[in-house]
Amino acid sequence: MSTLDLIYALLKGLEVTLVLTVLSMILGFVLAFVAGLGRLSKYKIVRTISAIYVEVIRGTSLLVQLFWIYFALPILGIRLPAMAAGILALGLNSGAYGSEIVRSSILSVPEGQNEAGIALNMTRFQRMWRIIMPQAFVMMLPGFGNLQIELLKGTALVSLITLADLTYQANVLNASTLETTKIFGILLIMYYLIAWPMTKGIRWLENRLTVGRY
Amino acid sequence: MKPMFSYKKVSKSYDELEVLKEVDLDIEQGEKVALIGPSGSGKTTFARLLMTLEEPTSGVIEVDGEPLWHEKKNGTLVKASEKHLRSMRGNIGMVFQHFHLFKHMTVLQNVMEAPVTVLGFSKDKAMELSKSMLDKVGLADKLEEYPANLSGGQKQRVAIARALVMKPKIMIFDEPTSALDPELVGEVLEVIKEIAKEGDMAMLLITHEMDFARDIADRVVFFDEGKIVEQGSPEKIFNQPETPRLQAFLDRFNSR
Ligand SMILES: Nc1ncnc2c1ncn2[C@@H]1O[C@H](COP(=O)(O)OP(=O)(O)O)[C@@H](O)[C@H]1O
Ligand SMILES: [Mg+2]
Repeated sequence: MSTLDLIYALLKGLEVTLVLTVLSMILGFVLAFVAGLGRLSKYKIVRTISAIYVEVIRGTSLLVQLFWIYFALPILGIRLPAMAAGILALGLNSGAYGSEIVRSSILSVPEGQNEAGIALNMTRFQRMWRIIMPQAFVMMLPGFGNLQIELLKGTALVSLITLADLTYQANVLNASTLETTKIFGILLIMYYLIAWPMTKGIRWLENRLTVGRY
Repeated sequence: MKPMFSYKKVSKSYDELEVLKEVDLDIEQGEKVALIGPSGSGKTTFARLLMTLEEPTSGVIEVDGEPLWHEKKNGTLVKASEKHLRSMRGNIGMVFQHFHLFKHMTVLQNVMEAPVTVLGFSKDKAMELSKSMLDKVGLADKLEEYPANLSGGQKQRVAIARALVMKPKIMIFDEPTSALDPELVGEVLEVIKEIAKEGDMAMLLITHEMDFARDIADRVVFFDEGKIVEQGSPEKIFNQPETPRLQAFLDRFNSR
């Protein structure tokens, strides 16, 4: 097979990888904020639930979570399509790690900022969303950048639950053509090409939000 | 006449450490009270109780006759709800030693923030008001700067404008010039003096600038070890201190 044919064959898996990455990124982002803020809630029950979620996910591997959601949940009567299971596992995983980024960034905003908000008679909600969060968000960006790259790498595991992603296509192609070096070389470049705009995008956002201010 | 602000047997402890010991103090409407005393004597804590940043361990603080940290329920005083605190806080403003400007906002945004979000003013009205405040503190040409690009003196003047725009009945200044380079102290004191002249806003001014306190205060209160040891007119406090502790404190200052 020519290089172009190999690329073309691999591209079939690209869509799956991209959809997985983007959707689980969104889910992970939402969960990171929900659980990160949950860890700081004034209600104990909310703090506890958030902490359990984070600890359980961080204490087990992505592979186990993926298998559990795809193979074990059906035993309990919950059967998810492979794509949904992949998104859920990756999103839950990324959300748990992301929540630590959210939490620690919020905590690292100096208390004086909050007190200035109190002195101006702002509500708790206003202080969080107008004062604390915008400053914390900037600090979250590098961590989130790394997390998205981790997530992209994690998508390669979904071939184990029958999803035909980039890595899956590469393995299939390798078995039939044995052009191992070429195939995995192209695979490497493709993953890199997905990661590159993500890294650049975060950098750009970070710059936009900090230039002249810090 | 009833005082506008009143501390009644107010105590504050952190665990075992008793920082304020049954302090009584009344402040009249528009009165300028300077708080002096050695560091660690409880001045900041005293002010933070009024700003509702710290809760008293016992005692009552009243604003215009109404308890600040408590609410009357069925004839007894219970701990105030956040709602009650919010309804009272509008009377009180504070300028911090370390400014605490919102770093992610421009100078103008810093000042406009509370008029818009707290008072519900339109953007236009808030902007107009904020600009006139910033003009008053001499920063009309810095509206679009971020705090990181300002000198300490400029930062503190923004913080003053930000607090002033909310039109509190009392303004707390906690050592507003202590974090500044010596050459920047003057510009901030000048601004505070101007505001003091304007009248009906009371001030609680914690400071180590004795000449400044003498200049603007109606009354000087000397704090030591969590208690008011002596108080009176600036002339009396600075020229005829009665207690040995105040004498010693002033001697230490004059010998510097
Ligand atoms: N949050 C706190 N926890 C424990 N101790 C505190 C706290 N805030 C202040 N203190 C103690 O209270 C005492 C009075 O402090 P402060 O009110 O800051 O005095 P001043 O402003 O006169 O220097 C000091 O001994 C200080 O260490
Ligand atoms: Mg102090």
